[in-house]
Amino acid sequence: MSYLPEGMPRPLADELTEPFWAAAREGRLMVQRCNACRAWQWGPEWCCHACRSFDVGWAEVPRREGRYSGRIYSWERNYHPVHPALRGRDPYIVVLVELPAAGGIRMVGNLLGEPMQEVRIGAEVEAVFEHHEDADPPYTLVQWRVV
Amino acid sequence: MSEFTIRGRVAVAGVGETTYWKHSQSPHAEFKLALMAILAAAEDAGIDPAEIDGFASYSNDRNDPSRIAAALGCRELAFSNMQWGGGGGGGSAAIANAAAAIACGYARCVVVFRALAQGQFQRFGQAAAGGAAGGHDAFTVPYGVMSPAQKYAMRYQRFAHEHGIERSALRAISMASYHHAQQNPRAVMYGRPLTEEDYDASRWIAEPFRLFDCCQENDGAAAILLVAAERARDLPHRPCYLLGAAAGSEYRNGAPVHNAPLYGTSSFTTVAPRAFAMAGIEAADVDVAQSYENFTGGVLMSLVEHGFFAPEEANDFLTLDNLRADGGKLPLNTSGGNLAECYMHGLELNIEAVRQVRGQSPNQVESAEISVVGSGPMVTPVSSSVFGAEAAL
Repeated sequence: MSYLPEGMPRPLADELTEPFWAAAREGRLMVQRCNACRAWQWGPEWCCHACRSFDVGWAEVPRREGRYSGRIYSWERNYHPVHPALRGRDPYIVVLVELPAAGGIRMVGNLLGEPMQEVRIGAEVEAVFEHHEDADPPYTLVQWRVV
Repeated sequence: MSEFTIRGRVAVAGVGETTYWKHSQSPHAEFKLALMAILAAAEDAGIDPAEIDGFASYSNDRNDPSRIAAALGCRELAFSNMQWGGGGGGGSAAIANAAAAIACGYARCVVVFRALAQGQFQRFGQAAAGGAAGGHDAFTVPYGVMSPAQKYAMRYQRFAHEHGIERSALRAISMASYHHAQQNPRAVMYGRPLTEEDYDASRWIAEPFRLFDCCQENDGAAAILLVAAERARDLPHRPCYLLGAAAGSEYRNGAPVHNAPLYGTSSFTTVAPRAFAMAGIEAADVDVAQSYENFTGGVLMSLVEHGFFAPEEANDFLTLDNLRADGGKLPLNTSGGNLAECYMHGLELNIEAVRQVRGQSPNQVESAEISVVGSGPMVTPVSSSVFGAEAAL
């Protein structure tokens, strides 16, 4: 069961972003980390913004008590159905999640649960892997829920 | 002041606009609209269109200067320029680029233009069915972050959280645009006033933005013709000079997937001070301001970053009375702007800024000498322009 309806645009991996999508399929959260200066980086880029090294590797976000933990940095509740797949659907919440364990990088996802729930900036959330097994090829989105 | 400045070296010769329509309702093709606006600007300037030798635009305008120059029989094409970036962030930058070309001798008579006929092409606020998202979009689009409102709501939400901004502040910005549009027959929302009750009852688009926090989508075209300042006194209108301009955004504003270090920003924190420094002015010197309303929250942050008030003063400062042309502390969006005049990607805001200096606005601010535009908050690059009367030189 996915949070947003079937028919939404699927993510396409490419040379730069493939490690993230491959790890998500396995329920792991991997982001860029520079092999030269150890800076965390998101979204993916060809070089490190801190030291300009092209030797930018990937690292798993450190877990906290077994969870990938983040904090809500900002959010929005979307009503207007911009995409045809969203017509007639309830509002949905998008969160911008800050990951303190990974240098404070931020990721965009949906906040699972009641679409009209009160959202609090600073609230702790954990990653939930939303597998789209029926897609061809299958893919996995990283969603968030309040801890 | 640096010797590298545009201050006082270039003047606005003419401004031109087509009729403004609701989106998809133009009876004319987009390219024809561009020609009409450019010819209107030339006529306003009393300049033979054949004399136009340069073109500057932004936001990936589809109307190629070489074709325009051929269509209008321009004697020579000396400058054709496109400012990178989407939305209205390039509205003032295109003017800056055109002015730089004149000041540096690349061209003599440069027109800045923008034309939109969304019926002929795709609308901004609608996505195509199905599909896939690659690159950095893959990290946002599948989660339902697609339209401009959805891309920028979280920037304002963060700013509002950090500074305790109340809804009444956004409402006042929307009310000011609609208020001024009622005196402007060109405005698409002319004859359609907005009450506080209408605003409060309007549907959410992307919370924290309601319907009336969001710009229209329109068809039409606008153009501004620039020449060297030496010619200004021979032109038909009261001279209007470019005093300063700047474009860009602060450190890593464009970091992918909403990772800009300074997130709750309209992207003007370094741009606005550069424009004002070039113009040799401070915020307190500004008589009238046009601030690009993609969304009211962007206007609010833009006004803060142009130095008109501190974030903590926003709730008190932003009232309709303070934003009115007739006696407000900071007359704002005096033609009705993107919300209520026309969403011509903010070129109409630059035209209104010129009208204020000329004394020709439908909501004329008394003895306006310094007139400022902030183009395209929250996108990157954004841009600012400062226009001034002879007395401001």
